[in-house]
Amino acid sequence: MKTAPPGRDATGPNPGALALRTLWARPAARKLLVLAAAAAVLVPVAAAVHGSGTWPSALTVDLTGPLTGASDWIIDNRDGHWAFLYFFGHISGAIIGAVHAVYTVLLALGWAGVTAAAALIAWRVAGARVAVTALASFAACGLLGMWVPTMRTLALMIVAVAVSVVVGALMGLAAGLSDRTFRALRPVLDTMQALPAFAYLLPVVLVFGIGVAPAVLATVVYAAPPMARLTALGLRSTDQGVLEAVESLGATGRQRLLTARLPLARRELLLGVNQTIMMALSMAVIASVIGADGLGDRVYQALSTVDVGSALAAGIPIVLLAIVLDRTTAGAAAPRPTRRSRFPRLWAGVPQGGTGGHNPTTGRTRTAATWALGIALTVALGRLGGTAWPDGWTVAIAGPVNEAKDWMVDHLYTGLPGIGGTADLAAHYTAWVLDPLRDGLLALPWWGALLIVAALAWLIGTWRTALTAVLSLAAIGVLGRWELSMDTLSQVVAAVAVTLVLGFTIAVPAARSPRVERLLRPVLDVFQTMPQFVYLIPVVALFGIGRAPAAAAAVVYALPAVVRIASEGLRRVNPGAMESARSLGATGGQQLRQVQFPLARPQLLLAVNQAVVLVLSVVIIGGLVGGGALGYEVVFGLAQGDLATGLTAGVAIACLGLMLDRVTQPTKGARDGA
Amino acid sequence: MAHKTQRTRGTRRTVVAAAALALLATATATGCGAADMTKQASPYAAAAGTKTVTLSVQSWVGARANTAVAKYLLEHELGYRVDTVQVDEVPAWDALSQGRVDAIMEDWGHPEQEKRYVEDKKTIASGGDLGVTGHIGWWVPKYFADAHPDVLDWRNLNKYASQLRSPESGGKGQLLDGSPSYVTNDKALVKNLGLDYKVVFAGSEAAQITQLQQSAKEKKPFLTYWYEPQWLFNEVPMVEVKLPAYTQECADKGAKDPATVNCAYPTTPLKKFLNADFTRKGGKAARFLKNFQWSKDDQNAVSQMIAEDKLSADEAAKRWVEKNPDVWKKWLP
Repeated sequence: MKTAPPGRDATGPNPGALALRTLWARPAARKLLVLAAAAAVLVPVAAAVHGSGTWPSALTVDLTGPLTGASDWIIDNRDGHWAFLYFFGHISGAIIGAVHAVYTVLLALGWAGVTAAAALIAWRVAGARVAVTALASFAACGLLGMWVPTMRTLALMIVAVAVSVVVGALMGLAAGLSDRTFRALRPVLDTMQALPAFAYLLPVVLVFGIGVAPAVLATVVYAAPPMARLTALGLRSTDQGVLEAVESLGATGRQRLLTARLPLARRELLLGVNQTIMMALSMAVIASVIGADGLGDRVYQALSTVDVGSALAAGIPIVLLAIVLDRTTAGAAAPRPTRRSRFPRLWAGVPQGGTGGHNPTTGRTRTAATWALGIALTVALGRLGGTAWPDGWTVAIAGPVNEAKDWMVDHLYTGLPGIGGTADLAAHYTAWVLDPLRDGLLALPWWGALLIVAALAWLIGTWRTALTAVLSLAAIGVLGRWELSMDTLSQVVAAVAVTLVLGFTIAVPAARSPRVERLLRPVLDVFQTMPQFVYLIPVVALFGIGRAPAAAAAVVYALPAVVRIASEGLRRVNPGAMESARSLGATGGQQLRQVQFPLARPQLLLAVNQAVVLVLSVVIIGGLVGGGALGYEVVFGLAQGDLATGLTAGVAIACLGLMLDRVTQPTKGARDGA
Repeated sequence: MAHKTQRTRGTRRTVVAAAALALLATATATGCGAADMTKQASPYAAAAGTKTVTLSVQSWVGARANTAVAKYLLEHELGYRVDTVQVDEVPAWDALSQGRVDAIMEDWGHPEQEKRYVEDKKTIASGGDLGVTGHIGWWVPKYFADAHPDVLDWRNLNKYASQLRSPESGGKGQLLDGSPSYVTNDKALVKNLGLDYKVVFAGSEAAQITQLQQSAKEKKPFLTYWYEPQWLFNEVPMVEVKLPAYTQECADKGAKDPATVNCAYPTTPLKKFLNADFTRKGGKAARFLKNFQWSKDDQNAVSQMIAEDKLSADEAAKRWVEKNPDVWKKWLP
């Protein structure tokens, strides 16, 4: 347990050299020493040539001219050039056609048919409890007066998820079968995931116009990577013994793939579908900024009249859709015996392999009969129920919700005895945390920032991650967005700190007591799937305009993931280690500090990484409530159709995301399964 | 090793074949010829077999009021089904030119877009005046102006900078601006008039309104970019701060270099714009939208019901339509 700190015993004839040698023995110190040596050589040169302030203007490239030119070219040629007529036009046309077809089918089924079909599918795939959830959820969507928008979102989701799954599976297939493709694809997937969706809406809109087609494409970029990752993971982790056995039977490459590797990877494939659905749904609202219609549009329109109640009424169906789709697909991915006993979680642990669950022939006939009966029943119900949800059957929740919000704001905004109100809190947070942090980052010499990033990324990862991180940060400087990025970075760092403190505080009791965990689960579910836009207006009402409300929204959004990953990590700590700690008479706090936290380090690091990525995505949207910095530039670019401003800021955000991801990247390969 | 490469090649061929198949399917699904993106309507349009009109809604409530009433009348008097899409102004022009939306009901003046689409490409046609005149300016709440009447002249603004400070404005006074989509020269104005203020962008009108309501509730002073007609004036009375007078010379200078603007905003008659194809083939709906013309008071009445009384846009439009038949009967073709 107790090892003497290195260097303490260095009392030999040459303590300096010995201390250095002991230091050298530690990998972390070795990396830092190498960096320090490199810095000692390079920094004086850099400082002498370009000074020590913020990013030197001599090292920037102004892309305004070419980007404005490109934007004008696209607008002028969009209606006539062959690339649009024969390529983009077909893509966009196919998407619109597909969404139209799905929407028409949903309309034809009617509300009763759709609800029955959803319940039936959920029942066959994941059991009776999920079927009841599906039934109740769809009924709730209708009751909230959101039936038509829900169907539009559902149609868009079905197409977007289908495309994402196909694209992701193809990428994953290529990466799973060839090592070279795997290596080449990894940075691409990393970038796709580190990119906040808000950043690439503008170029998609410019090429495809507004509406459903660009929304689906933006969703695919966001939602395909988990499918690709999990497909590759599933294929790569196939049991070698099984493969050899199949090979010895003389199977060809294709037969091996279809009969052994793919069926064995079934669990990962289904988990991939599940993840893709969740990602796609979280895009539903952001895509409404570019005219995607459906529930997201309702949330977005409610925002413009500061109508939290209506935003919530449209947000709830999104949450319900997410829960139904998650439980159904997760149920399909779960190993058969436990399927009905207990709901599997989204991150359902380490894959356990399996045989793919082949039913005997009699079972298959019976299944076919059930399906036929079900479809007949669904169509009949649809005919009986009619197309539109009955007008009288709705519950207006907007009024009471708005009253509750007003009450909250009236009583919390100012004048709470002792602690002041949320307005004071926001002012303090801005003045005491955000401003000093931003000023500090801006005062940092540019080469100093690069060094710090290199040191952090290298300590936690490999020299490759360090290189990517440094290059990303340098790219921000070259694009001329250094000051804005430091502003955004200060917001991210401050919000991540708050998230981690809160998250770990909640995670500890959740890890210790199953009851707390059970109570927390639905709350976390709701916060994790509720669209970020729904938070934005209440946080403005509570915290005023500026960077504080953006931070508050970011904390709310990122907290569930942190709590989940951290409590999962703490819970999984080896019981033996805990037992021995307890038998040595360690108190609860000591167990926590000396056993649980150190042993759960990889999970805690993953929680930090997730917090950073999620907080960044909301801080950017904070541009809509006065967060300023890079987020505002993206909003500005979108609103004014200004590609130069919007895209440069978008690329800077992507670089910032990549840098932050690398700096917090936990042990190598851990993200492959996440 | 040898069989490994063979296996990879085999599966790679499968992947390529699958990709090719997908592309082929796309091409056949949409027909093999040119796919004109300007002819692609929303997938939700006409799904139930009815005539559909798509209107763009901008984020401010006045624009929602126009759209709500137009939508209500198109649906209940002319038998159309109306879709609304919320988009910012410049993307809305883009969408209008591509036929993704059929009309913009309230435009505050986009000379660049007008030249590009109305004059050069002829994909967008003017839909005439809305009947409402818009005005942009700087405003302070009435309670603040009553206590300090001299704040209403821009020359005295610096005196009040310290009272108008916020956590976001640093040591300077705060001039609150709204959505990034709005027409604004405020940064240039602050600089060219030598004011000790910082322009803080609320990022969206919703955020700005929330902030203004909150300040008014506590009777705190504020200085904000704002515009008429706007329903919020009924709830939070505001008085305009006088800026140097608007002149043609100043406007011309600003058109060349926006950073040189040093005078007030112009007063703009708000206009409607329609997709050019829609004007020709839109039948009654197009003629109705061209005829649509009402007053500032009409618009504010509907806006107020939507934003303050939290009625749904449909319900607000219905109430206004029932009360004012003499106004809208003239619009019907």
